[in-house]
Amino acid sequence: MSPLFDAVLDLGPQLAEHVLLCAAAVALGIAVALPLAVWASRSPPVARVALGFASLVQTIPALALLALFFPILLAARAIFGEGLPTLGFLPAWLALALYALLPILRNAVTALAYLDDELIEAADGLGMTGWQKLRLVEAPLAAPYVMAGIRTASVWTIGAATLATTIGQRSLGDPIFAGLQTQNWVLVLAGCIASAGLALVADGLFGLVERGFAQRRPALVVTGALLALAGITGAAVSLADWRDDTRETVVIGAKSFSEQYILARAIGSLLEEEGFAVEYREGLGSAVVHNAVASGAIDISVDYTGTLWTNQLGRSDNPGREAMYDAIVAWEEDNTDARVLGRLGFENAYGLAVTQETAREYGLETIADLAGVASQLTIGGDPEWFERPEWIGVRDAYGLSFAEQRTYSPTFMYNALISGEADVISAYTSDGRIAAENLVVLEDPREALPSYDAIVLISPRLADNAQLLEALEPLVGAVDVATMRQANYAVDREEDKWPPQRAARWLLDQIGL
Amino acid sequence: MSQAAPAFLRFDALTKSYDEVDAVRAVSLTIAEGEFVALVGASGSGKSTLLKCINRLVEPTLGRVLLGEEDVLAGPAAPLRRRIGYVFQGIGLFPHMSVAENIALGPRLEGEALPDARIAELLELVELDPAMATRLPAELSGGQRQRVGVARALAGDSHLLLMDEPFGALDPITRGQLGERVRRLHEELGLTTVMVTHDMAEALLLATRVLVMDQGQIVADETPQALLSGEGGEVAQALVAVPRAQARALAGISA
Repeated sequence: MSPLFDAVLDLGPQLAEHVLLCAAAVALGIAVALPLAVWASRSPPVARVALGFASLVQTIPALALLALFFPILLAARAIFGEGLPTLGFLPAWLALALYALLPILRNAVTALAYLDDELIEAADGLGMTGWQKLRLVEAPLAAPYVMAGIRTASVWTIGAATLATTIGQRSLGDPIFAGLQTQNWVLVLAGCIASAGLALVADGLFGLVERGFAQRRPALVVTGALLALAGITGAAVSLADWRDDTRETVVIGAKSFSEQYILARAIGSLLEEEGFAVEYREGLGSAVVHNAVASGAIDISVDYTGTLWTNQLGRSDNPGREAMYDAIVAWEEDNTDARVLGRLGFENAYGLAVTQETAREYGLETIADLAGVASQLTIGGDPEWFERPEWIGVRDAYGLSFAEQRTYSPTFMYNALISGEADVISAYTSDGRIAAENLVVLEDPREALPSYDAIVLISPRLADNAQLLEALEPLVGAVDVATMRQANYAVDREEDKWPPQRAARWLLDQIGL
Repeated sequence: MSQAAPAFLRFDALTKSYDEVDAVRAVSLTIAEGEFVALVGASGSGKSTLLKCINRLVEPTLGRVLLGEEDVLAGPAAPLRRRIGYVFQGIGLFPHMSVAENIALGPRLEGEALPDARIAELLELVELDPAMATRLPAELSGGQRQRVGVARALAGDSHLLLMDEPFGALDPITRGQLGERVRRLHEELGLTTVMVTHDMAEALLLATRVLVMDQGQIVADETPQALLSGEGGEVAQALVAVPRAQARALAGISA
């Protein structure tokens, strides 16, 4: 069979969770939208406010809406207690239900508003109570339009639910995000095909129900509804079977780039060898990972000291590599009860990189050497680089003044350097392309660039689990930057791409585990 | 006017204002049981508003409507309306219900199922084939639909039948036949009927009593005979003049 076909077939659990998530979200959307629509049909101010709110929600990008539920739920813990999940199903469900609200609400409100006035007069004249009018006249006549709204909402929700991956909910977004980051297009395509297929099926079934309502053919309504219900039940049953696992499950999180996928798999492999059951939450938004591990939504993450220094500690100074690490360990102890297991041994920092030829031509070894010749050179950076404190820090520390500065997307940045469009770039120091292109990362003797030591964080729940700590201890200090670069490159390169799992195995072999 | 019959429906200084304009202005009126009253007037004269104050599709601004001895505003609107048959120009048959379901709707609202035999009887009353019971309204002609509308209004065994331009949308032949039929039903079932129409000929042919409305007030209250013999005043006679002139013209053509 073709790899694409295999990849689609591998998506069983993701598909099942996707189906359940969307069904729950649309169901909640219906449960909120329909009573609201009835209320709105009886009160124009309610209609204005409800439709205004639903439209406003719709203008928030789905990705942001999903991410926003993390802080909202975190705040809601003050009321509902610490047990309230802040990542995974709950925020995804709530955000998607909000998203599903608009089409259902709008169609229901419009259908009720445009019901034939004569039928309403007849209903009143016959002596129907408000409830009888709703049940006998308004609901059956509005049903096809409401169903059309539910149909639209379902298709939207199925598409948007792929983004739930970023907040730790397994979905058909898993292969899409993993594939995008590792440039594995087969995975991306498999995720897209599965989610588009699911959307088409839902659209077809709800279309059947809609037609049944419009043509007053109850058999169609029942057939469509039962098939949809069967699909949802099947999804639930299939998941129940996969989960009869009594071992303790450790959830490993990964941000959405290759290095994170590889390290998550490496950590997972070590834990599986020790008998732990392992689940992965991959493609998490960079901003939520630390809070996820601190709140116990995931159990293990790999983060970087410089990132935590700025985002969690809110610091902008640079005390140097060791002091920064010590300060972060102490801060986690004081503030989150998450344990810093240790440093893996490499940094994924910003660094200034040049080609071998440029280094030789200008005699460059350190950034200080660059200062004298910068006025003849062009510097390239990723879109954020020239706004970041790292650039401002290094520029001022060494007095750098380049002839020209240009921005590139990360992928093209390396191409620009090789082709000579840029002479110096802001590289990521563990990037595989540094090794592949044999680039020179200039030393930073003044420590102007903050360090980004890769560190392993353990959630409070497992912070004192001796077996787990012992299993992961060998990783501490064991991964040097050259090995990490090679592993990253194996996943990132165009030809002979490895899946993260294989690169993780290779990495563990390299460090003798 | 049958002065001897007991007062069945009484309007007591009834006023309905919309944005300070009086659609109905201080109307006081007594209708006896068994009367067939036609409310006639030009558009905007207030005849429909007055009718709808009876079953509370319009709530009066001032004054009262008494049905029997009871103020119609005394209880909730829905049970009151179920006691009153209502037929209007729009008919308002529910498109998602069969003819039988439409007819049985009033009793159903009270929690009663209307037997098939009674539905057949009601269809026969309005001169429709009982086999039509299973049809949907979309399959009927306009005249058939309004017959079903009348059957539906009679299904609740109400003694008061309100009709708001009931035949306005029908072709002249159907209109004449159905008018005749309703008049006979009025007699046979012992109904009290109030019909709004802008057509004086229809009022003269069907009603036992004709009320002419102008600018929210009743300006004439006569029998058809009295109107035809010139009673009722200027506004009423202007309305009577139309069918009379037509009749003369027709007589002239045939002569």
